[in-house]
Amino acid sequence: MKKRNEKIIEFFLALSGAITVLTTIGILWVLLYESVLFFKEVSVVEFFTDTQWTPLFSDKHFGILPLISGTILTSFIAILVALPIGLSIAVYLNEYAHPKIRQTIKPVLEILAAIPTVVYGFFALTVVTPFLQTLIPSLAGFNALSPGIVMGIMIIPLISSLSEDALYAVPKSLREASYGLGATQFQTSFKVLVPAASSGIIVSVILAISRAFGETMIVAVAAGLEPRLTLDPTVPIATITTYIVQVSMGDVPQGSLEFKTIFSAGMMLFVFTFILNTISARVKKKFYHKYE
Amino acid sequence: MNNRLKNNIFKYWAISCTLFGIAMLLIFLINIVIDGVGRIDWNFITDLPSRKPELAGIYTAIMGTVWILGLTAIIAIPIGVAAGIYLEEYGKKSRFANILEINITNLAGIPSIIYGILGLEVFVRMFGLGNSVIAGALTLSLLILPIIIVATREAIKAVPKTIREASFALGATKWQTISQQILPAAGGGVVTGVILALSRAIGETAPLIVVGALTYVPFVPQSPMDQYSVLPMQIFNWISRPEKEFATNAAAAIIVLLLITFIMNGFAIYLRNRWQKKVKW
Amino acid sequence: MSYKLTADHVNVWYGNFHALKDISIRVRPNTVTAFIGPSGCGKSTFLRLINRMNDYIDGFRMEGHILIDEKNIYAKRVRVEELRKEVGMVFQKPNPFPKTIFDNVVYGLTIRGVKDKHTLEEACESSLRQAALWDEVKDNLKKSALALSGGQQQRLCIARTLAVKPTVILMDEPASALDPISTAKIEDLIAELKQHYTIIIVTHNMQQAARISDRTAFFYLGELVEFDTTVNIFTAPKEEKTQSYITGRFG
Repeated sequence: MKKRNEKIIEFFLALSGAITVLTTIGILWVLLYESVLFFKEVSVVEFFTDTQWTPLFSDKHFGILPLISGTILTSFIAILVALPIGLSIAVYLNEYAHPKIRQTIKPVLEILAAIPTVVYGFFALTVVTPFLQTLIPSLAGFNALSPGIVMGIMIIPLISSLSEDALYAVPKSLREASYGLGATQFQTSFKVLVPAASSGIIVSVILAISRAFGETMIVAVAAGLEPRLTLDPTVPIATITTYIVQVSMGDVPQGSLEFKTIFSAGMMLFVFTFILNTISARVKKKFYHKYE
Repeated sequence: MNNRLKNNIFKYWAISCTLFGIAMLLIFLINIVIDGVGRIDWNFITDLPSRKPELAGIYTAIMGTVWILGLTAIIAIPIGVAAGIYLEEYGKKSRFANILEINITNLAGIPSIIYGILGLEVFVRMFGLGNSVIAGALTLSLLILPIIIVATREAIKAVPKTIREASFALGATKWQTISQQILPAAGGGVVTGVILALSRAIGETAPLIVVGALTYVPFVPQSPMDQYSVLPMQIFNWISRPEKEFATNAAAAIIVLLLITFIMNGFAIYLRNRWQKKVKW
Repeated sequence: MSYKLTADHVNVWYGNFHALKDISIRVRPNTVTAFIGPSGCGKSTFLRLINRMNDYIDGFRMEGHILIDEKNIYAKRVRVEELRKEVGMVFQKPNPFPKTIFDNVVYGLTIRGVKDKHTLEEACESSLRQAALWDEVKDNLKKSALALSGGQQQRLCIARTLAVKPTVILMDEPASALDPISTAKIEDLIAELKQHYTIIIVTHNMQQAARISDRTAFFYLGELVEFDTTVNIFTAPKEEKTQSYITGRFG
């Protein structure tokens, strides 16, 4: 009798786990299904080569490149900010800072990661953009630079935390060998530790990029909503995510072609982030395996 | 020496970087407070939204947030904890558990807006739930499920194997051992993880926009099938308005949102510290 | 004379590793039997066969029979939870639950559905007395078990085992993590307990084996080399390997 009860309990627990599998299958199915329907009406060639994305206008173009360029532009700016700063912080906390400082600083930086993104958007729009406009008078009220920088600030803890873990995992023997030969902390950090931890650091960067790609609200608030194929950070742009938000908030009838654009755009985003996450998982496995 | 110099330059650069992050945080918070604190009064919290900024309040947005949070918690916590228990205690070597693990890691990296798309198609359209609170809650539940599962697993992992051995040696069954020894010992860690997951859910805007949370809701939800708005949505809506007064409202609402978020996170960390002290092996 | 425990041509594999080779042994009731031998010789593995704790290990495979009171404990219809009521185990490192002293002692009863407060309290006191811990903790049974000293914790674990009224008690190096005074207390305890229980103790401390056991089994590389009265093993062993081990030629 008891054995049967145990089996039943195990079954329900496994069922709960299975829901996560259903979620993944659901995501794949939804995106694929609607994308297939979308591509019945819009050619794949046009999707990938047209330089305009105007599904909601009367003159309809369905080229995804402007959205992709917007996504890449904002993410690039974010990484440009977050990587040097995040990595420097990681090295500092790992090699220079007193353990007490490390203990205090780490949680404070984590606060940056806990703030809701719509709040960051507000900050980008009302504080950062006006400030940047004093430096760059030609900067438009909506642009890619401001949300890019703010996204970077938000991502700093991601890079600094993961990189620091990677640095920490490097065996003490390497550290001691370097200092024993008279190297400074700077030299030890950048000639020995960072190269040794490079895979772990790369993982953190890839995850940061993936995060930036998927970011929605900061960009939705501060970048405007004008799909534009450009690398100019001073003008309004749109990303895949902000476009999806725009359509969701509008009156586009469900089932229409315009509505289906959500799914084809979403498919692109999913593919990008999936590839990034998979690569980072592989790299991570190889790295930590090295030090076991 | 050149090396010494480089070392010191980098040291000060790195300290500046650290201070930059903290400074940004401070500038940011102080700015918000200056902008918005004056607007906060009892009316602000209890008023319904309005086209006139001076009359607009966050009452319906807060109630919507409470509804969403409550439903999400009810849905996600049992499923997440159960799945975490399964992975940590039962499935250890099976192929099924392996697939689950890889899958969960993957899910944690998917942008939240994609969950919104999933929710839109499955909950809003296929299940016919429309843009109701329950649809939003189901969507957010799927989003935070990986977080709860990972937290549960970590908490269970922290319980020493010897406790398990002792329980089995006394003749307890697997479930008795889990329910009477492992879970109570892991409880603090699980609660901490749950609170962190929920505080993440509070700040989510994008997936809820996609599943139809409204930006203007002059009523409080009375049932899970009602329409709703949430605090971040209200903030987003006010930011998008050109009138300056709405920006003030937005700042004030942000203060409320941040307070809630920080209190939840702070509470979770406090719990974690207390739990770690109690269960010193 | 009926034997309490009989092992008959027992072989154990972990995957491809042949951990125990053709072990046969018979233990009389109300005796203390010591298993000695160098690290990795299989004595703990064999001990854990008796309450089937090896069942949880990957790749575990057994051939042969182990009988307690003439009944095969590996038979299909045997319920492991029932077996562990008969056969209790005390581990090397004290492992009390992070609960009160009282809850620790009565755990074995509560999981079997005993709810009556009176019964539980009686069982608790009786077990703690048998484990020579009652006087030290009787004033505050609600104290956390983790607040006790190492020696006290181990006696608590013994009390916990006694509470379910087993007939066989397995001890896996029970005093090796304890200081000499606590060790002495535990050894006295074992001498007391043997009046009512059959005790099998694994120890790497030969002097301890000589002090407290009636019979001793010497294991080496998975084989049972010699099994005899303790006096014989330590004064006139029949096997050369036994002689070498007890004189410290290897260890």
